[in-house]
Amino acid sequence: MNVPRHWRETPERYRMEAVKCRKCGKISFPARLICPECKNKVFDKINLSGKGKLLTYTIIRTAPEGFEDVAPYAVGIVEMEEGVRVMGQITDCDLLSLKTGDKLISKFRRMNEEGKTGLIMYSYKFVPDIGI
Amino acid sequence: MVGIIGYGTQIPRYRIKVEEIAKVWGADAAALSNGLNLFEKSVPAPDEDTATLAVSAAKNALARAGIDPKLIGAVYVGSESHPYAVKPTGTIVSEALGICPYVHTADLEFACKAGTEGMFIALHLVKTGVMECALAIGADTSQGAPGDALEYSASAGAAAFIMGTKNIVAELVDTQCYMTDTPDFWRRENAHYPEHGGRFTGKPAYQKHVFGAVKAILEKTGMKPKDFDYLVFHQPNGKFPVQAAKQLGFTEAQYRYGLLTPTLGNTYSGSSPIGLAATLDEAGSDQLILLVSYGSGAGSDAFVFRTTKHLLKIQNLAPRVRKQLNKHLTYLEYGEYAKFRGKILKPE
Repeated sequence: MNVPRHWRETPERYRMEAVKCRKCGKISFPARLICPECKNKVFDKINLSGKGKLLTYTIIRTAPEGFEDVAPYAVGIVEMEEGVRVMGQITDCDLLSLKTGDKLISKFRRMNEEGKTGLIMYSYKFVPDIGI
Repeated sequence: MVGIIGYGTQIPRYRIKVEEIAKVWGADAAALSNGLNLFEKSVPAPDEDTATLAVSAAKNALARAGIDPKLIGAVYVGSESHPYAVKPTGTIVSEALGICPYVHTADLEFACKAGTEGMFIALHLVKTGVMECALAIGADTSQGAPGDALEYSASAGAAAFIMGTKNIVAELVDTQCYMTDTPDFWRRENAHYPEHGGRFTGKPAYQKHVFGAVKAILEKTGMKPKDFDYLVFHQPNGKFPVQAAKQLGFTEAQYRYGLLTPTLGNTYSGSSPIGLAATLDEAGSDQLILLVSYGSGAGSDAFVFRTTKHLLKIQNLAPRVRKQLNKHLTYLEYGEYAKFRGKILKPE
């Protein structure tokens, strides 16, 4: 990912910033310019709570470039408290005991880096919600 | 009146035992553990660094303070392991917490004292009325050279404190610093691991500055060791702070909550701040706490805090230190630890 794109996506990556449609109340994450439900263009910014439930997941064993050192790792779809579904990496977990329905919470973590001298990219990841 | 209005910590869930490291280097684990009162240490996950630990700790502090992040006028991150040599950690943390853009941030570095440096500045900025609230964080993911004595203790963790004037949980009573130029530990530009003066890090460095700061603040406040309910010293290992406490006339009952190194290791800039958080987790109202940091180079910052009734209302609003320290742990073998810490040389 290039630097400008990472920078543009900072609101959703750093603090899970979403938008709530002022007309129909639908929450979109990441933010949209037009509500997919009612086509309204006026929104309020909200931050997702970070809490959710694991809907489905897969374990990546043959990782794409830049992620080889963290394989195997889990990627899943999480239904957030606010109702939106978010795809993300699940970290700090025992891959063998992960199951759908698990309570997860988002954490701010390192996602990737552009080599040893380039930009460090941070984003949300999910971890089991065990109160620590 | 100024003081702490919220506090929070983050400790990684990974650990490595002293005997696992000693096994690799042919060292005597029992002698190391007994000599240093050190048994295991925290290890950051590969996707954790000073910025991520700082953000998690600060989110816990915000949960306890219950304030709008936009009220925070300054963010100071003290660390000796900032992710970048040039690019502030403070902006990453402020952005992730939703504090930007009307905020003053600075990255601080003073070996293990950088966390309390931020606390000192934040408390005094709020005290002077420049801003309503200020956030100070001590965070580190420190590295010891493979096989070096520091490899057994250098660990990871963060503590964050929000300073303010409303709903104070620990009121600042007084501060005192003690500094000299003492070459006991350093890391040069581009050096991966620090170097240190071995035994020189004891008496002329740690002891001199901790003792200096303690004696000065006792004289300044007119207090005696027995006046304090709790004591937190910087803890590079489990031996130095216990020795210093006893020599200065403090007792185990005073440091029992704040001494974490035996199973946490030395979290450097997070060390005494996490000890303070662990003490606040257990303290009652109207109790006196003496916090004394130490940073190589060298210096100590001493703080006297008096807890308030409000502390009891916020203790359970975020994870307690002992829970993060003792629950849901994953122990690593040395090979996994070496991979986690980037100690294995791979082709670029």
